[in-house]
Amino acid sequence: MRKRESTEHVVEVATPEFEKTAQKKEARRGLLMALPSYLYLILFFVIPLGIVLIYSFATRNRFGGTDLSGWNVESYERIAEPIVRTILFRSLWLAILTTVICLVIAYPFAYYLSTRKPAIRNVMLVFVMIPFWTNFLVRNYAWRVILGNDGPFTKVTEFFGLGTHELLFSQKAVVLGLVYGYLPFMILPLYAAIERIDGQLLEASRDLYGNGWQSFKNVLLPLSMPGVIAGSILVFVPSLGAYVTPEILGGAKTTLLGSYIVTQFLTARNWPFGAALSFVLMAVMLLMTIIYFRKGGRTL
Amino acid sequence: MTAAVELKGITKKFGDVTAVDNVDLTIEDGEFFSLLGPSGCGKTTTLRMIAGLEFPTEGSLSIFGEEVGTLAPNKRSVNTVFQNYALFPHLTVIDNVGFGLKMQGVAKKETKERAMEMIELVQLSGLETRKPSQMSGGQQQRVALARALVNQPKVLLLDEPLGALDLKLRQEMQLELKKLQRDVGISFVFVTHDQEEALTMSDRIAVMHEGKLLQVASPEEIYESPANRFVADFIGRTNLLDGTTSDNETVVLSNGTSIRAQNSFPEGTKVSISIRPERTKITKRLEPSDPLSSIQGTVETITYLGNARVYGVKFTWLSIEVREENRPGLEVFNAGDDVTVHWEHDAISVVED
Repeated sequence: MRKRESTEHVVEVATPEFEKTAQKKEARRGLLMALPSYLYLILFFVIPLGIVLIYSFATRNRFGGTDLSGWNVESYERIAEPIVRTILFRSLWLAILTTVICLVIAYPFAYYLSTRKPAIRNVMLVFVMIPFWTNFLVRNYAWRVILGNDGPFTKVTEFFGLGTHELLFSQKAVVLGLVYGYLPFMILPLYAAIERIDGQLLEASRDLYGNGWQSFKNVLLPLSMPGVIAGSILVFVPSLGAYVTPEILGGAKTTLLGSYIVTQFLTARNWPFGAALSFVLMAVMLLMTIIYFRKGGRTL
Repeated sequence: MTAAVELKGITKKFGDVTAVDNVDLTIEDGEFFSLLGPSGCGKTTTLRMIAGLEFPTEGSLSIFGEEVGTLAPNKRSVNTVFQNYALFPHLTVIDNVGFGLKMQGVAKKETKERAMEMIELVQLSGLETRKPSQMSGGQQQRVALARALVNQPKVLLLDEPLGALDLKLRQEMQLELKKLQRDVGISFVFVTHDQEEALTMSDRIAVMHEGKLLQVASPEEIYESPANRFVADFIGRTNLLDGTTSDNETVVLSNGTSIRAQNSFPEGTKVSISIRPERTKITKRLEPSDPLSSIQGTVETITYLGNARVYGVKFTWLSIEVREENRPGLEVFNAGDDVTVHWEHDAISVVED
């Protein structure tokens, strides 16, 4: 009994030094918990990226190998070549198009979702996520069947007398595939952002003579901006570097950045150039992500 | 004169639940009108129907003679101060206040000027570039008021606007709101569950319960001649004694005691007698008293309130509250003292059950 009393007494007169030690301990515990993630990131992200960076400054030798000597920036200079620029802009354009289409489709849906009863919301959220249960590659091949010459899509357009539409192996097919694949990445952050907006604010806007469009423009949209930015980046970034969808649904005439990089490594055997392209793509994505965190990434 | 707001046979149903049940109500221009009742009584729904945020299931609703039943909220010349203010968090004070004018297409310069004037009126000058999150509850309250009043509405609707403030600030704001209402001269329709607040501020009060309107009257009338047992019980503190009328002068309590009580009910009606704690006097048992306007009992509990003492006086079959202001030289009783509680015969009211 006596002993216990004395311990309590020590706790009561904590000194600043004691507090410092406690804080240090706390920090150490936190580091320990984060260690597996740190190791993973360093091993599979930082080190490989470093290797890519080093290779991008190296020289391709006559036999298609790479000499880790004679460092230069030729690979980066090549990005300005017309053919590379065309592919780069095409990729950018398709990624922007995909993002905008996703945004236009997802916003009304996310708003609708956030105004439903919680039980209905959950069911619908599961529906949004169901496609993830099937492999991405398989789903892309499914689109190939749907859009193919004898596929359901053609049959439907022919039935309604709209003629035969050759969608497969076109940019349209690629955008369709990308929108289909990445739509949930737009819906979920938008839903999260809209759902937390106080419905009374929209009522206030209506009460203050705002019509539906004005209320959307002045209240709903600005308040859901974090979701718009998050969703746009989550769709834009993978669309820009997409490889599988353009390979399966796009034709030879619509080479995109992802495929072009793969070609540099596997066919053209120009590793330094492939590495430089990869690194530029990485940098663009990183920049976008930083913008996202600056603009309101705190909300996700 | 046309009424500011007129409700005729207004009913609002949410599925099977009837939130507002066949309400007839007329709110005059320029009056401070309170909708009072416990939560879930339909007062907020009534307010929201006037605002246009809900549409009535049945009935007719007009603002200054114009039928507005299902007119969108942005097409009505009324504005609302919301319960939690509903200030736009992404806009500064001046943009919040100017919002309504901007939506109506008022020129930018004029919007700014009028918003600034209103900010000055609610004493927030110098804070116009703040965001709502950087302000205290009382300040946010003022922004909400300015945001509504800048539009010069014909009627201002207030949905428990003082609920989130602490007592002292709430009392200050009550007086300020009342003054503001007199200054701008339009009708305020004020929703509250706080009967003291309603009594303090209102010209007239409508007491609601379970979707129905129980009484519409001035604060004095509501307090002194409540329409029924619920109103008597809800407004202020009171002692309710069950009984039956024997004639228009007398009520017989359930234990057989006769009490002198003016009433206009037919003989044999089940009624309650409402005796306000502060309208009774408490004395030693020894003194002689009129048996028709007094009851004898024993002090059971004493609650000291600083400015008053509340005695719980126990009788054979019930106990009543007696409140005595804490004046100097006052006789103080202790638990167990035998006492007589008496009252003037006009201090009580008889209400139907």
